Amino acid sequence: MPHTTPSVASAASVDAEKNRERFVSAFRWMLLARTFEDKIAALYRAGKIVGGVYLGRGQEAFSAALGMQLDQKHGDVFAGLIRDQAGRMAFGEPLLDSARTYLGSAEGPMRGRDGNIHRGRPLRGMPAMISHLGAMISVVNGMLMAKRFRGRTDVVGGATIGDGGTSTGAFHEGLNQAAVERLPLVVAVADNQFAYSTATEHQYACENLVDRAIGYGVRGYRIDGTDLEACLEAFAEAIERARRGEGPQMVVGKLLRLAGHGEHDDARYIPPDLRDKPFGGDCLPLARERLLDEKWLSQDELDELVTTTQESVDEAVARAQSEPDPNPFRESWHALATKHLAEGTLPAD
Amino acid sequence: MAITYLDAIREAQSRALEEDENVYIYGQDVAAFGGAFKATKGLSERFPGRVIDAPISEDAIVGSAVGAAIEGMRPIIEMQFADFSSIGFNQIINQSATQFWRTGVPCPITIRLPSGGTEGSGPFHSQSLESIYAHYPGLIVMTPATVEDAYGMLLEAIRIDDPVIFCEHKLLYYHLKADELPKTILPVGKARIARAGRHATVVACSAMVHEALRAARELAEEGWQIEVVDLRSAKPIDTDTILASVARTGRLLAVSESFPWGGLTAEVVSRVSAEGFHLLDAPPQRLNSKDTPIPYHPNLWRAHRPTWQTIAAATRNLIQL
Ligand SMILES: Cc1ncc(C[n+]2csc(CCOP(=O)(O)OP(=O)(O)O)c2C)c(N)n1
Repeated sequence: MPHTTPSVASAASVDAEKNRERFVSAFRWMLLARTFEDKIAALYRAGKIVGGVYLGRGQEAFSAALGMQLDQKHGDVFAGLIRDQAGRMAFGEPLLDSARTYLGSAEGPMRGRDGNIHRGRPLRGMPAMISHLGAMISVVNGMLMAKRFRGRTDVVGGATIGDGGTSTGAFHEGLNQAAVERLPLVVAVADNQFAYSTATEHQYACENLVDRAIGYGVRGYRIDGTDLEACLEAFAEAIERARRGEGPQMVVGKLLRLAGHGEHDDARYIPPDLRDKPFGGDCLPLARERLLDEKWLSQDELDELVTTTQESVDEAVARAQSEPDPNPFRESWHALATKHLAEGTLPAD
Repeated sequence: MAITYLDAIREAQSRALEEDENVYIYGQDVAAFGGAFKATKGLSERFPGRVIDAPISEDAIVGSAVGAAIEGMRPIIEMQFADFSSIGFNQIINQSATQFWRTGVPCPITIRLPSGGTEGSGPFHSQSLESIYAHYPGLIVMTPATVEDAYGMLLEAIRIDDPVIFCEHKLLYYHLKADELPKTILPVGKARIARAGRHATVVACSAMVHEALRAARELAEEGWQIEVVDLRSAKPIDTDTILASVARTGRLLAVSESFPWGGLTAEVVSRVSAEGFHLLDAPPQRLNSKDTPIPYHPNLWRAHRPTWQTIAAATRNLIQL
């Protein structure tokens, strides 16, 4: 990295260095997520992916800023949803887990039983989302309650949700529960202006979703979700406050979904001029420009990063593609851990 | 000293809290107040911090239990009434029931449902939901009919590494008594012959076992020996014990307090028809509540659910088929 270490580091320059490192590191996760999702989208168009493909395009900064600043090894939790490829990987999900789940590999964490974005490793702080929006908030609450029972109050749970998901009863119950229990929960609300085809005026009637925070008794943050630095700062503060015992934090990032709801959706209902309006930009090129302007990375370094990122994505996908599919004859067709109480097991079981 | 069905439920929870530090109780009014039915009375004082009042948020209550279970806890959830578990339905059937199968991480949670009708409780405080939950893969559904089973099966439910829906009948809470708590019980998954007989088999669970037993006593005076099978769990169903009973009697009546469309009685009849058709001397019969919401007024309520009188009538009819 082209930077010089000053012999006497002032507080400001240490901060500046930390800032640079944090920004560059987040950018790497954003780039990896975008590269991976572009590849998955191409495979989808080629008919190589079973089930839906939902992309986080435009939301990588917001998602990565949370995932990256949580500490998986410390015991933190990150519950990502459909736009959180970046956050999941930044938190610690191996690239191969994503590739294997999209490609239905029997070696993946979900073993073909569930697919695509519905993946996780609950014992490593990554609960596997169910589709029902809002339902993961209370699951994270429970994980945090369990840790508290064991005397761990210094761990933080991150959970994400879209503007549409905030309209569910489950979201309300979950956030209220976290507030009542004063849990170290950080909720990231990505207000990307649409829930499938529904614009936010049919989703909520407050001026900004952050206005709800006070009603729950939680601290709210309102940021430009396309601005990586703003995302990093807000989540750093939210995580720190939650870790200090200040209770739930709710960060609302305004941005624009830069893809269809899923890859099956051409999103013709989104007026094209929204992209030129505030919050309509693409966080990835915005961050890239910033990197180059600040000379945090040189053009050569950036090119190199793009190449190596593409290589690692291609490698993971190729590997997942070469792995065996799940075999229905090897599958144990029961859903219980308590095998002797299961009904309908196969004789082969 | 007599121990009631409700005492047994409280004692089982107390013992579980004592034996395993991963156990905690979470539900509405369960802490200092001791629960709407007093099933957790005194437990918050004995186990500080481990009996927690929840907001009126059944979805979040169950969701958080799943999260805690992922982390190795063994939550006991008290629904204030079985009926309100509908608000937590999504978390029960989609989150808890799929967790182990999807991720390989067990989900040991126990959800206690104060179930069944009582006089004056009406449509929203009377439901029996065992059939609904038994429909979903990944759940175990227990329906204890005795004080012994209320105790032993609840302890077992808490130890089991899967989500257990524990249907405890409100009518049995105070009236059903035993002299002492059991040392051992029949394993979960096994049905019990509550009364032996040779002319017909009545299969029932929970409070309906007692109605069936009363009907059997009544029919005994008429010279008919009725075998009563207490299912004990709605899932799994102990098909072997039912078939063995039908092999002895040749006749089957399946009784349940839940609604008539589909459900537990239909499942029992279908299994016996499919696997024990050759054992049957008459078409297998079902008796359920009526196909309306559960009425409030005692006159209507008593006519809505199966009782010993209607079970006796249905059994007489069955014997004559
Ligand atoms: C409870 C529930 N209802 C409906 C759906 C179907 N659904 C999936 S994504 C989606 C839109 C979600 O919008 P939002 O929460 O704003 O997130 P975004 O897709 O914009 O990231 C809908 C309606 C669902 N998953 N869950």
